[in-house]
Amino acid sequence: MAARHGRRTLVCEMDAKGALANAFDVGELTFDATEVAPNLHAMAMNTEDSLREYLRLFVRIPLLGRIGPLASTFDFVADAAPGVKEILGVGKLCWEVRERSYDLIVVDAEASGHIVSQIGAPRVISELVQVGLVRDQTQWMLDILDDPTRTGVAVVTTPEEMPVTETIELLARLRSETGAHASAVIANRVLPAIFNRREQTIADSLDEALPVLVDAVGPGAATVLDAARLTESRRSTGATHLDRLRSWIAATDKVADDLPIITVPELFARASGPRVVSLVADALTDELDPDDLDGQVP
Amino acid sequence: MSDLDNLLASREMILVAGSGGVGKTTIAAALGIAAAARQKGRVLVLTVDPARRLATALGLDEFGNAPTRIDPSAFTDAGVKVRGEVWVAMLDTKAGWDELITRHAPDAEIRDAVLANPLYENITSRFVHSHEYLAMEQLHDLHARGDFDLVIVDTPPSRNALSILDAPSRMVEFFGSRLLRWLTVPYRSRLFTMASKPFYQVADRVLGSRFLQDIADFFVLFQAMESGFVRRAREVEALLIDPRTAFVVVTTLETAPSHEARFLARSLLERQMGLGAIIANRVLPQALAETEAADSAAALLDQAPGPLAATVADRLDAPVKQVRSVLTQIATQFDDVALVAARESDRRLELAALAPTMVSVPWLEGDIHDLAGLGQLAGHLREA
Repeated sequence: MAARHGRRTLVCEMDAKGALANAFDVGELTFDATEVAPNLHAMAMNTEDSLREYLRLFVRIPLLGRIGPLASTFDFVADAAPGVKEILGVGKLCWEVRERSYDLIVVDAEASGHIVSQIGAPRVISELVQVGLVRDQTQWMLDILDDPTRTGVAVVTTPEEMPVTETIELLARLRSETGAHASAVIANRVLPAIFNRREQTIADSLDEALPVLVDAVGPGAATVLDAARLTESRRSTGATHLDRLRSWIAATDKVADDLPIITVPELFARASGPRVVSLVADALTDELDPDDLDGQVP
Repeated sequence: MSDLDNLLASREMILVAGSGGVGKTTIAAALGIAAAARQKGRVLVLTVDPARRLATALGLDEFGNAPTRIDPSAFTDAGVKVRGEVWVAMLDTKAGWDELITRHAPDAEIRDAVLANPLYENITSRFVHSHEYLAMEQLHDLHARGDFDLVIVDTPPSRNALSILDAPSRMVEFFGSRLLRWLTVPYRSRLFTMASKPFYQVADRVLGSRFLQDIADFFVLFQAMESGFVRRAREVEALLIDPRTAFVVVTTLETAPSHEARFLARSLLERQMGLGAIIANRVLPQALAETEAADSAAALLDQAPGPLAATVADRLDAPVKQVRSVLTQIATQFDDVALVAARESDRRLELAALAPTMVSVPWLEGDIHDLAGLGQLAGHLREA
């Protein structure tokens, strides 16, 4: 959506699941960004490539060829040493921010449990690692991540029990464990209310008129009413969860307006690919002023 | 009796897997109740991180690896008939690791040194899929103790469902890895090991030798427990392919979860791990995808502007204008729901081809957060 408004945008997928490539209907994404649409670039994070680039840029040790065989060993270091993997990922993104190669970088981050360790990595590292290049470099990353005008975390959820609970936990952890700022909550796949209160009463009592309807439109009428009931029940369950989120935000934020909840309606289209991306972008454009967009979106 | 019911009656361990947010924990709990409804015996449901209200429904008010029994009177009160005992436990990763260390440490000195190491918590909470491994480890432990006839494990949600299957072998691999050997050679001689020298130089410049030394200290302690850990991980791995173990893959019929479920089912087959059943959760009624309903919806859309609205309004004693609007909306909206139902039945066919048993659980009104709801769900699972 930002790219449609003429901003040079990079979208980065952190967990290498390939969903982003699917969404844009392009082949496998790599660490080197490719342009998937005008102004829109996409990349997939890869810890090993990130290390390679990092070494080239900062350490300047002519070892590039020899790191290869040690890659699997490195994998284990990254797994074992707290924060190494995270810092390489976050570091690469912060580097792109600093170099200003893009107007906007949108990060499709890992699941909510992981995002805190990613954004929090520079802080953890600077506490754990006393000396060394990594430590020297955490400060400028923190400067970028903690600056609300440069980085914002958009938390995406759906109107269901667990996602809403996780969103609340994530917002609380972002606040207590990192310096990063949440900029919006995006509620995806929200079913819009289709009836007003009086119409709802009528809809609820339609069963009484079922014989009339069956006479008029055929035996499928009961199923049609079932469908309406089912949708309404899903909608109202979802609305309850969104209300819970809203009241949590209102109770926690000093200024409730600070954190908007943006809703994207459930799309009844085919389920994936560029068409859906384009429809969701339309829905977001309806809700948002594109000039407000900045920073990262997990 | 359904095939799923027989699976619950004949296996000793059931691992419930699938992507996050598909109702895995709820299904695992319902499977436990279904098993206890079928026959006498002790069933344990080991959950990871249940939603608050579900935990309360199960009587799990705090984390703890110790199994607790659901009070039989709670079932009676909820109108759920069970013949056997249902026990529940919640996986506590931190306590699980502490137990592991205590068990495998060769002496008290090493045990205390590990537990007190500042990196211990940080490392165990994230390395080699610690959460997944712990779930497997607990399963092994509970099974070995022989206190239960059936143990149902609600596996941790993971980005890649495979990580749970590979967790034990990764643990073994880790202990045999060059990294561990390299980290644990004495600091000085490490400098002279030619193979690792360039890597060490880089690591040293990047991370600082002090940090590396902290890590090394920790792993030197850890290595002392190698034989115990490796033997144990092998046993856990063997349990995964044991014929007494079955996997149940839970999914919804939405795009991403069903994609993940297909992938998981295929991976289980490849690894010769027993896929017992696929459970599709929150499924729309099949009738929505059929032409009879679509024809009626189309007719309704045609007739809503005509005299039909007046007839219905008359019957309901409601204003014609609003009845007309409601009928039109319902007919219009039907297409959307029917489209989703059609997509779902397509996906169900794909999944059914992968598993010996395929069960669909209808979308039940509202979320399940009490024993009565779980009992109803268990009923669906047994009949399906």
